[in-house]
Amino acid sequence: MALTLFRGLRSNCFRLYPSLYVARKHGVFYCSMTSAEGQTATQEKQQTQLKSSPRKESPKIEEVLKNYEAVIGIETHVQLATLTKAFCSCPYNYGAQPNTSICPICMGLPGALPVLNSKVIESAVKVGLALNCKLSLSSKFDRKQYFYPDLPKGYQISQFDIPIASDGYVDIDLPVEFGGGHRKFGITRVHMEEDAGKLLHTGNGNFSQEITILSYKIICSLLLVDLNRAGVPLLEIVSEPDMRTGVEAAEYAAELQRLVRYLGVSNGNMQEGSLRCDVNISVRPIGQLEFGTKVEIKNLNSFSSVGRAIDFEISRQVKLHSQGQADQIVQETRLWEEGAQKTVTMRKKEGLSDYRYFPEPDLPGVILSEEYINEIRESLPELPEMKRRRYEKLGLSMQDVLFLTNDINVAAFFDATIATGADVKLAANWIMGDIAAYMNNEKLSVNDIKLTPQELGELIASIKGGTISGKIGKEILLELMAKGGTVKGLIKEKDLVQAKMPSSRKVMVPKVKVKLPSILQMYLRLTTKRQIFRFGYVLKVGIGEVIPAFFQKIYLHSLNLAAN
Amino acid sequence: MLSSAQTPRLLRSPTTTTTTLKCFHSSPIPTSASTPPPPSQILTTRKSLLSRQTSAVDLAKSFLHRLRRHEPQLSSFLHVSPDETVLKQAEELDNKIKNNEEVGPLAGVLVGVKDNICTYDMPSTAGSRLLENYRPPFDATVVRKLRERGAIVVGKTNLDEFGMGSTTEGSAYQVTANPWDLARVPGGSSGGSASAVSARQCMVALGSDTGGSVRQPASFCGVVGLKPTYGRVSRYGLVAYASSLDVIGCFGSSVADAGILLHTVSGHDKFDATSSKREVPNYASQFVPIDYLESKPLKGLRVGVIRETFEDGVDSEVISTVRDAVSHLEELGCTVSEVSLPSYSLGLPAYYILASSESSSNLSRYDGVRYGNQVFGDELNSLYGDSRAQGFGSEVKMRILMGTYALSAGYYDAYYKRAQQVRTIIRNSFKDALDKNDILISPAAPSVAYKIGEKKNDPLAMYAGDIMTVNVNLAGLPALVLPCGFVEGGSAGLPVGFQMIGAAFDEEKLLKIGHIFEQTLQGYSFVPPLVADEWTC
Repeated sequence: MALTLFRGLRSNCFRLYPSLYVARKHGVFYCSMTSAEGQTATQEKQQTQLKSSPRKESPKIEEVLKNYEAVIGIETHVQLATLTKAFCSCPYNYGAQPNTSICPICMGLPGALPVLNSKVIESAVKVGLALNCKLSLSSKFDRKQYFYPDLPKGYQISQFDIPIASDGYVDIDLPVEFGGGHRKFGITRVHMEEDAGKLLHTGNGNFSQEITILSYKIICSLLLVDLNRAGVPLLEIVSEPDMRTGVEAAEYAAELQRLVRYLGVSNGNMQEGSLRCDVNISVRPIGQLEFGTKVEIKNLNSFSSVGRAIDFEISRQVKLHSQGQADQIVQETRLWEEGAQKTVTMRKKEGLSDYRYFPEPDLPGVILSEEYINEIRESLPELPEMKRRRYEKLGLSMQDVLFLTNDINVAAFFDATIATGADVKLAANWIMGDIAAYMNNEKLSVNDIKLTPQELGELIASIKGGTISGKIGKEILLELMAKGGTVKGLIKEKDLVQAKMPSSRKVMVPKVKVKLPSILQMYLRLTTKRQIFRFGYVLKVGIGEVIPAFFQKIYLHSLNLAAN
Repeated sequence: MLSSAQTPRLLRSPTTTTTTLKCFHSSPIPTSASTPPPPSQILTTRKSLLSRQTSAVDLAKSFLHRLRRHEPQLSSFLHVSPDETVLKQAEELDNKIKNNEEVGPLAGVLVGVKDNICTYDMPSTAGSRLLENYRPPFDATVVRKLRERGAIVVGKTNLDEFGMGSTTEGSAYQVTANPWDLARVPGGSSGGSASAVSARQCMVALGSDTGGSVRQPASFCGVVGLKPTYGRVSRYGLVAYASSLDVIGCFGSSVADAGILLHTVSGHDKFDATSSKREVPNYASQFVPIDYLESKPLKGLRVGVIRETFEDGVDSEVISTVRDAVSHLEELGCTVSEVSLPSYSLGLPAYYILASSESSSNLSRYDGVRYGNQVFGDELNSLYGDSRAQGFGSEVKMRILMGTYALSAGYYDAYYKRAQQVRTIIRNSFKDALDKNDILISPAAPSVAYKIGEKKNDPLAMYAGDIMTVNVNLAGLPALVLPCGFVEGGSAGLPVGFQMIGAAFDEEKLLKIGHIFEQTLQGYSFVPPLVADEWTC
């Protein structure tokens, strides 16, 4: 594996840029990383082990926050799913062989110049509008300068003092299982920038482990640079410090993911790094106005790790506060260690880094016209928040609303189903029940299943109309999801039609007598509420599936009688 | 201070006889009053190739011969294309012509390319150790255009490292000599290109001009130097020094050659977001043969002489030579007036802040990870520091330090931002002056070529030499430098150039005026004595 990768890197360099081989005999970067950061990380590891008890023993977060308040802000990097990189025509495919998607521009070769991909602006405007931001009609790119081997030009093209969008907000609904509730979090700014490359390192000659800029602490003797990701467009979304708990922060991040997916600007995949969250967190005693010392947490690869890392960090900081050791909370960047379920020091900040920003002279200013913005505004899809409010008005429970709106494709499926006239609650139940279970088992997305919203609508109508029973419906559904086809076709094919029952109790009786005389006779003989209720119950659990529409009516009727 | 401290001596006004000239040009230089004006080598080449009077191979051979003959003395080139490569291209052209196939407008034209412009088949070092042996995987847009139109790149010319310097002594590899006096600098940073065109080692050459790097060496070497409007020519493939100021420029031994070369390399490039989408006029249509000119061909043209460029610090001989050029323009019908640009002196400090700031950023990529000698270090910062310390020359280091300082937090407003404000003032003052005048005139440099080593240890004196040119870069305007006379020095006098500055994208006007000026300037030959005996074109 190691060898393959190494060879892959080299040969690709050979093939694309023979000259580079002359300049640097291998696309390899040698360096021993015994940096100071490495040491602090190790020390800190020991310290944390000594000081803070393992998570299991730590008190519940609600308990911890009795006298303290956490202040949380999140910086999110969203990788835009444009066909080509931000400033050149290279495509970006996650997981491609190292250095196979590079060109003089994203390699930062001498003489190469960036040219902005207009789709980046379009995506930024979409996200800006979706986050209710003010858009800058005239913004620009700046150079953020620092040295790192994954940054081929020695600067990152970014936006500094005039971001393309600012002063927005996002609405979220907390999950019901965490107590629910609606929140509004401020968005400080949204700006465009380019991604850096990736460092691949070898430990014991093993090339498989991938590190990013975060992993300073890994001591290694050989670093390889993969520039596939260099120049991939990013949006950095900075929130106001409006969040107070890990749940809020995780839900904020999840909402951003939904948003970029609804907008179709990013796949929002956290595992692949398409959506990366850095959390800033401080703790202060309740009632105190000024913020506590801010700590940044990186390496958060899922929403749940966002929540758990924050809860851990809150506990850690509150503990220090309550032990009178608040001065030990220092401004630093900490890494979330998923395995150990804790944060450890990555690097301490000594004052502000000076990135020597200045306007990027290779790119003209970014000018947006009102027409352009309006055009994009009008093309925006219904966003998660709007959908949630609409579903709520349809009478769905918040749990249903959150489930259905979580995935834009599921929401679209639901919308298309109810557009066929299907009952809203039944459609929601089918989707959240049998269909979701099937997708889960088969690891399929709603777009992968063969069932169409039209047929789900038909199925619901057929069951409601009494053509088939719910049990048969479930069978048909499985067939529809796996193989496709139509409800009508399947019913016919399998001869699943059940006797059509008249709707009125009186009229139906004589006809039904023929088929199920005894049950009917029993029903008609019932006199007390209690008897009717019991009868209905028996029908429901026992033979309801046989001729559902008819017996459901009887059942409901029995209930009504019982109630009166 | 800037003067070479010689007695002011007007060697020649356009109307005087040729006797003065005689003392500079011993024998084969024509001494009659009818010294022919410089012909366009590009047009001559095309004519003789298409009429089959000569072959591209013969032409290439004669240039390569001269190139190699003088190269040991001049060191204009950092890399010369192998004979067989050049001759093979020439042969292909000859075959095409033989078969009556179409050839490009620059077919057979031998071009020198400054070594900070990328060529895929030759090293492109930008004069720096850091890029020693670096071969780009692509051609700069200008080089691609040249090749597509039939030109043959004969080699890569010497320069001050990354274009930072005014003498070409800042090259990490060699010092180029001025063909007019081998003890003198050719100017810089495009000194190699200027020297090569002057010594007829190639027909035309490309340079780059960030603060005067085409115009000052053109003046020092007695050739035509054209700095186009910022955005006229694609910078894609030009190793960046100061991105907002860098322009690729043209050298020729005649205005027509510089204009045709500009036409070839101009135009929008989708690989350079700062390149203009404006249409490129056919500059060649401006080159009216002298016989067709009226007696006052430039009648009504308003020429503004920039007062601040004829003041202290400028050699009096240079001043008088340029004043003669102005008189010649007047004779051609121009209306001459003096204009004042009070912000002129602010240009130099503003330029050095902006150029250094941008260069400190542009040169960040040379970190020892991909180019140059990597100096192994215990940790990352020492790897960067040591690799850069070894790879960069002292002038480059100084500018990186200055630029880094100017962009640092707490200093940005006082330096970079203020310099940008000055830039706006300068741009506006030029615009005002050019609303009232068709062109503005100044010397191209405060002095003629000085001795090698003379200013090497006095960077401020060298920087001051850029006073004539940097403002034009700050304003992004086009400027044409033409040789207009000589002052005493060397064996045959040292050429003096004057600068004509035009409105943005008005290269056409500059070329038209320059062509008429050049064709009517009598008695001067700007072929250096070094090659005069072998140059008959």
